[in-house]
Amino acid sequence: MARKILLEHLNVPGIETLEVFRKMGGYQAVEKVLKTMSPDDVTEEVKKSGLRGRGGAGFPAGMKWSFIDKKSEKPRYLVCNADESEPGTFKDRYLMEKIPHSLIEGMIVSSYALGAKTSYIYIRGEYFYVLRILEKAIAEAYEAGFLGKNILGTDYSLDLHVQIGAGAYICGEETALLESLEGKRGNPRMKPPFPAISGLYASPTVVNNVETIAAVPHIVNMTGDEYAKIGVGRSTGTKLISASGHINKPGVYEIEMGLPVEEFIYSDEYCGGIKNGKRLKALIAGGSSVPILPEHLITKTANGDARLMTYESLSDGGFVSGTMLGSGGFIVMDETTCIVRNTWTLARFYHHESCGQCSPCREGTGWMEKVLHRIENGHGKMSDVDLLVDIAKKIEGNTICPLGDAAAWPIASAIRHFREEFEYHVKYPEKVKDPKHFFYAPFVSEKMNASIA
Amino acid sequence: MSKEIKFSDETLEVVAKIILRYPEGRQKSALLPVLHIAQAEFDGWLSSEVMDYVASILNIKPIEVYEVASFYSMYNLKPVGKCLLEVCRTGPCMLNGAEDLVAHFENKLNIKDGETTADGMFTLKTVECLGSCGTAPMLQCGADYYENLDNQKADALLDKLRDENQRSRYC
Repeated sequence: MARKILLEHLNVPGIETLEVFRKMGGYQAVEKVLKTMSPDDVTEEVKKSGLRGRGGAGFPAGMKWSFIDKKSEKPRYLVCNADESEPGTFKDRYLMEKIPHSLIEGMIVSSYALGAKTSYIYIRGEYFYVLRILEKAIAEAYEAGFLGKNILGTDYSLDLHVQIGAGAYICGEETALLESLEGKRGNPRMKPPFPAISGLYASPTVVNNVETIAAVPHIVNMTGDEYAKIGVGRSTGTKLISASGHINKPGVYEIEMGLPVEEFIYSDEYCGGIKNGKRLKALIAGGSSVPILPEHLITKTANGDARLMTYESLSDGGFVSGTMLGSGGFIVMDETTCIVRNTWTLARFYHHESCGQCSPCREGTGWMEKVLHRIENGHGKMSDVDLLVDIAKKIEGNTICPLGDAAAWPIASAIRHFREEFEYHVKYPEKVKDPKHFFYAPFVSEKMNASIA
Repeated sequence: MSKEIKFSDETLEVVAKIILRYPEGRQKSALLPVLHIAQAEFDGWLSSEVMDYVASILNIKPIEVYEVASFYSMYNLKPVGKCLLEVCRTGPCMLNGAEDLVAHFENKLNIKDGETTADGMFTLKTVECLGSCGTAPMLQCGADYYENLDNQKADALLDKLRDENQRSRYC
């Protein structure tokens, strides 16, 4: 069995309560940091651990913390990003629902390191029932003296609140999240200034993902050096992966970084292979925004090396033949999947979620959705395929926040790897009339057939 | 006659507590949670009168409420049925039968996506990713997630909601 850190005590009955959580070693890190470590010591451990942001960007967490403006006389804030909305991603929800105190302990330890006296967890509106679970756990933590004034008799005090969103993917972008927390539309801000200088209420702020924060107490307990030994190279520690799509065992799995992708898909310990004995066709490895991979690039890189679940191995080959670990939203597609249809639903998603500030994203996401819709339904023109590539190129890099890139990449990569399938929809409109066109007879590449013959 | 738009004393107390979470003068931060409460208390949607009322208790301009209410997808700016069925249809749910589920509801309830049944009981709404991809297809009704759905489970859910006859609410 692989090593578990975040989910080690998942199956302990009552682990959602403070009492059982403490029996399993919970809140030891709070005691350790408040009584034996300075805030900078904590940051140093997180730096040593090599922990990278688990929300998707993979930026080193300790370094992000070290940017916080300590000269400012304004209060500092830690804000937890629990606005998990990236299609294919449901790990944070799982962690908060099953072991809520792991996040709360992480918030206390991290807030101490950053010198925050008030911290917020911003959770997506749809997770209202999770909000209730967190509120209950926070009340328990106050009761036990882990939150509030003079925690454990020290001079450190912290208030922790949960803020509810109201349905907007864009609020997962950290500056949009801060706008939303201030009671505004979730329009991302121009950077710089970065939140570490001017974030919530124009004060120094760090925004971290749920899983990142929940890892911090474990790093404190085992030391950063020990944590850094888990994993491969610059991909240290464990990662929660949300597995969905055409697999036998969808769900949330904690993996050690470096696990081969092939093992993750086919081992009974994880996804348990492709459903109904079908053939694997494509994979979106890190949430809907990352490039899609075709079958031959999933378990092996273009060089023929085994593809591993690490930041580096998944991005091996760049955007030509690689992808990204992203948020760990692992969407598996079998041979019955229509890549055009899947890409269209994602394009619709990004169009729906574009905040509308930047013209390339606001207009471009709508154009891409419409063009994909007409190709999928057999009304496309051959020139539409390149038109999509052109629109994607013109959105990418030309917007305030990364939503534009996130909308462009899935489409550009789907065409890069599955162009023939897009062209098939244009060539044979009558064959794609039925929305389930590849369900009974999977798409077969004519080019590949010809080359074999 | 429409009922008077005013929170109960208990609700006003809850709102006052929410405002205390933020620094002084930052009461606007309470807007999203207070709009959720307003929507739950005033028949599941936000009329301009309700939004004006929320503006007045947070001491902000009505436009500051309108622009927020119109931005976020969970705020309804038009009346909805007693039970709002929000069916996820993004990628992973689509791969596992979300389109069939939507079609089933459309047939069963004799309405299209976005419409409300004649008796005002159900509104069907397709939504984007709800973070339940491993348990697809699924829907949200109020604060509850209903996962791993098929037609049979969907029918049982409709019956249950009809029997309960309660307005769905997030909070």
